[in-house]
Amino acid sequence: MSAAAPATMPTSGGEIDGLAEGVVLAVTDLETHFPSRRGVAKAVDGVTFTLPRGRTVAVVGESGSGKSVTSLSIMGLIAPPGHVAGGRILHRDRKGVVRDLAKLSNAGFRHIRGPEIAMIFQEPMTSLNPLMRVGDQIGEMIALHERISRRALRARVIELLQLVEIPEPETRIDAYPHQMSGGMRQRVMIAMALACRPNLLIADEPTTALDVTIQAQILALLRRLQADLGMSVLFITHNLGVVAEIAHEVVVMYAGRVVEQAPVGDLFARPSHPYTRALLASTPNIARDIDAEGRRRPLAAIPGAVPPITALPPGCAFAPRCAHVLDACREGRPGLVAIAPDHVTRCIRRDLP
Amino acid sequence: MTAVTSPLGEDSVWRGLLRRPPAVGALIVLIAVVVLAAGADFLAPYVPSKLSIANRLQAPSALHLFGTDEFGRDVLSRTIWAGRISLAVGGAVVLVSALIGVTLGLMAGYFRRLDGPLSRLIDAMMAFPDILLAIALVAALGPSAFNVVLALGIVYAPRAARVVRASTLVIRELAYVEAAQALGVPTAVILTRHILRNLASPITVQGTFIFANAILAEAGLSFLGVGVSPDVPTWGTMIAMGRQFMDQAGWIMWFPGIAIVASVMSLQVLGDALRDLLDPRLARTT
Repeated sequence: MSAAAPATMPTSGGEIDGLAEGVVLAVTDLETHFPSRRGVAKAVDGVTFTLPRGRTVAVVGESGSGKSVTSLSIMGLIAPPGHVAGGRILHRDRKGVVRDLAKLSNAGFRHIRGPEIAMIFQEPMTSLNPLMRVGDQIGEMIALHERISRRALRARVIELLQLVEIPEPETRIDAYPHQMSGGMRQRVMIAMALACRPNLLIADEPTTALDVTIQAQILALLRRLQADLGMSVLFITHNLGVVAEIAHEVVVMYAGRVVEQAPVGDLFARPSHPYTRALLASTPNIARDIDAEGRRRPLAAIPGAVPPITALPPGCAFAPRCAHVLDACREGRPGLVAIAPDHVTRCIRRDLP
Repeated sequence: MTAVTSPLGEDSVWRGLLRRPPAVGALIVLIAVVVLAAGADFLAPYVPSKLSIANRLQAPSALHLFGTDEFGRDVLSRTIWAGRISLAVGGAVVLVSALIGVTLGLMAGYFRRLDGPLSRLIDAMMAFPDILLAIALVAALGPSAFNVVLALGIVYAPRAARVVRASTLVIRELAYVEAAQALGVPTAVILTRHILRNLASPITVQGTFIFANAILAEAGLSFLGVGVSPDVPTWGTMIAMGRQFMDQAGWIMWFPGIAIVASVMSLQVLGDALRDLLDPRLARTT
């Protein structure tokens, strides 16, 4: 449940201009704070990115980097006392109306969640109500937003099950979640999310809990659905392999801030920020990590851990773990610099090879 | 995890109950009590209010299996009829307390802002001894079957509320509730369809215990003279009346006493068995 932030601007939820044509979602300087006894945890600290229509933007980062909080902020699902403390989340709905979701009331979100923005989660094992048949859970989503006869509803649900490539949808519609595998349940979740034909899908680590072959199937499904339905997708993940499979644009987050943002090819070809490089280097790679004689190359882990979000260093948040750190890094907080069209990085070192 | 054929696992719960001898015994006793109470018109050998001064204080015999009371009324017939009142009051108390308790518990468990005030209210109600609070309420409302039900319903509502609140706190954090929120399911639907449904098990278990306690409490209130009006036979009033003849005609109070013990103990045994069967599964799925 979202609580309206103690906003300095009037809460309106009305139309706002300033969203470029062809952009579905523009997050600007988003701040999401969680007050606690040890101080305010700035889980999201000035995040900015845009999501063009029909594209997939991946948000990448370690646990605690603020990527999930970013997505929950967009959905207005930050649990109190957490709140969106600043910034704008401009969203264009299917009618072309632009709203600032950061200022939207709970009542206002009712028309957003589902028909405009839908979200799927990491745990397909627990994301479904164990007491309801999967068909009823998908049907509930449709029935919430339109009046429809039982028979037509059932036909629509079967159609959705076919869309997410569930075999034998006519019998699977009456199954309970515990009778399905993790991959099937994730497909059901996707069907629920698609039930209201959202134009923006937020996928929060949808493949993390699945084994690799199922992961590949679900990614292929999401890619196909996006192409067929023209959806925009915000994809949250910590897995760079998944990013390579699905994303058009990549936003790399660290300790609540964006550290690098680039088109996916550019990011993998020319990673600029030391954190992005370290992340790429630490990704297991079958071709590189073991040779024909079975000799293993040591995995390149990033030393240390993400600093506690209530006690970030004054300068660059990555400085304590950075291999290329300078004194200047510890003093001022670096800003985002453009190093190529559409490629920005939050690092002062331009001299790295 | 054992295979379940339906989501509530009714089949496996029944099978589980039938595999436990104490639970089977309890079920048999309860079914017998319910059948007797329901069919009192046909099953009671005498009219319970029929006076027969010539036959007063007769010991149990073939003619009067449970003997007769000080007015010559048949104790067996009165015990059967009294069971109807006691069970009806107990059942109604379960409904009233569940209605109040589930509402309070759901609100306290789901809405963080309401949790503090509602939980303190629940704690305050639980701080009163059951019977004293019930006596106070009945005294304020006036003695009648309806007011006894209302009073006991209020007295036992906090027990239901606490269980419901605790389970709601757990279920509220489950991924499927968050998923439902993220897909725009209204709060009222989340509460009823997604949370309340998953509370069926703990509510059933708690309802059984409240039923047992309500029968006991109703008997206590009637015994103390603040229950259902004294001319209506209930197990409590029968014991209260029979107390004066404890030495000469103990059977007047033995048999309603046995009825209370048998019903309450059976309900407790059944409640324990249900808790064993239903609650661990809830813990497993969460």
